[in-house]
Amino acid sequence: MIAVEGLSKSFKVAKRSTGLRQATKALFFREHTTVNALNDLSFSINPGEIVGYIGPNGAGKSTTIKVMSGILVPDRGTCTIMGYTPWKDRVAYVKNIGVVFGQRSQLWWDVPVIDSFELLRDIYKVPDKEYKANLDLLIETLELSTFIKLPVRQLSLGQRMRCEIAASLLHSPKILFLDEPTIGLDAVSKIAVRKFIKTINLEKDVTIILTTHDMFDIEALADRVLLIGKGKLLYDGRLNELRSRFGSHKTITVDYRVMEKPIAISGAELLSWTPERCVMSVDTGKVTVSEVITQLSNQVDLLDVAIEARPIEEIIVQLYKEYQI
Amino acid sequence: MNLYFNYLLILFKSQMQYRTSFWLLTAGQFLVPFSLFAGLYFLFERFGQIRGWDFFEVALCFAVIHMAFAVSECFARGFDTFSSLVRTGDFDRLLVRPRSTFLQVLGSKFEFTRFGRLFQSIIVLVWALSSLSIEWSVIKVMTLFLMVVSGVFIFTGIFMLAATLCFWTIQGLEVVNIFTDGGREMAQYPLNIYQKWVTRFFTFVIPFGTVNYLPLMYLLGKSEGNELLYMLTPAAGIVFILPCLLVWNLGVRHYRSTGS
Repeated sequence: MIAVEGLSKSFKVAKRSTGLRQATKALFFREHTTVNALNDLSFSINPGEIVGYIGPNGAGKSTTIKVMSGILVPDRGTCTIMGYTPWKDRVAYVKNIGVVFGQRSQLWWDVPVIDSFELLRDIYKVPDKEYKANLDLLIETLELSTFIKLPVRQLSLGQRMRCEIAASLLHSPKILFLDEPTIGLDAVSKIAVRKFIKTINLEKDVTIILTTHDMFDIEALADRVLLIGKGKLLYDGRLNELRSRFGSHKTITVDYRVMEKPIAISGAELLSWTPERCVMSVDTGKVTVSEVITQLSNQVDLLDVAIEARPIEEIIVQLYKEYQI
Repeated sequence: MNLYFNYLLILFKSQMQYRTSFWLLTAGQFLVPFSLFAGLYFLFERFGQIRGWDFFEVALCFAVIHMAFAVSECFARGFDTFSSLVRTGDFDRLLVRPRSTFLQVLGSKFEFTRFGRLFQSIIVLVWALSSLSIEWSVIKVMTLFLMVVSGVFIFTGIFMLAATLCFWTIQGLEVVNIFTDGGREMAQYPLNIYQKWVTRFFTFVIPFGTVNYLPLMYLLGKSEGNELLYMLTPAAGIVFILPCLLVWNLGVRHYRSTGS
């Protein structure tokens, strides 16, 4: 469905320096540096997949999305999506995709949500019957009915984001690009949005490419992750494999009676320590949990012990560290 | 076209959310050109006529260019305020929709308060026409109509050129107002009162002369030689938009390859 081959894109960025003198100088002479936003990127995505597209800020995620949605023309490489080259047949191609930029609204700010939907129907030339069916389904599954007649500016962020997602699905796209769809949402809205994404993926067979910094989004939704750093693809595979690769670490939190002397456990890395509590990271490949607890009980008077698998966030941090991005 | 009206409708609804501000701004737009018109009036009260043009003839000139300007500012406002669309990145949003960028930018903003200015110019037009003795014919009425249309196309073209520059500069450029506001101020008088090079510039480069000066010669019976030629000059103004469209598309292409 999506085949990306050797995509490269570089930008010229003006060097910015601090200070009034430098700023004045920059008015007349500007030094440019070339930033390779994408560097020989290749991957392919099958119909019906949900792919998590992750990487630190500035890794090239947005650039990839922009190329794939036909906004940007790359320097080199090919990209074929449903038989189209996005930047060549823009108008014909974009009918088939939906794009949600989490940080930007596509709704008209001062009018009721439903008015925006109707205008989008006209922009995408959605047949009335299809529009009605889609709208009913979206209103029901996203629970929009209570606020669909309110102007967008009166909605909460969570309500607005649900409307944004609905707006990008009115024309029954085959592919949905979600750029940070849960940014700034509260827990309830986040869960509602995730549930809905999963539903349309299953029921309408929409292929979804999701970029996010929230690893719980990825955990809840994506079967497959693409990790990108400095414009290169670093990892392409299942989330579980990633977890088993780095997940041998456990985090152990210990409460004990006041103990002024720091604890020393062989094979464990101390993450934080106070006279009453310490948190350590244990590599179970080197030392077993029971050994650590035995050592602990010899050193302190244990009150409580909690053992947790390493959160996915930490795995990603470790991964970024490993790839030096 | 249908879609254009739907854009119009949704933005009109938006504007109606702020009714007080709408009425105040419209009243303001109605009153502002009065000071300009008063200047014109007192000028003629002192001098009687300028280079063979009397007060009502110049008032007609004034009315036509101001009508064109008001209509363009209302309906092509999207290009006039285009820099904000680029700066906020909302232009990306237009690119992922299956319609031409021209139509979408045009539909991104309307400035309905400019009806105040339009209304004022229409009053001047009616007053000027009722005081001039023109032998009306269907062709003359059409010419007058085409003059306003021609002006709208030229102003829209300049707005588009200015908008295209934003692809490179990101910020809007005040310097372009030399041609929009400046052009309007110049063209509210018949062009033959200026230096030769000014007349030439506003005839052949930015053809404001074809909006009012040249066709007015025909309407007022001042033309020498082929009348048909004078009558058809507004068409030249309409043609002005074609290169602007071309330049606009170049700008969009530049944006899509640099993504600035």
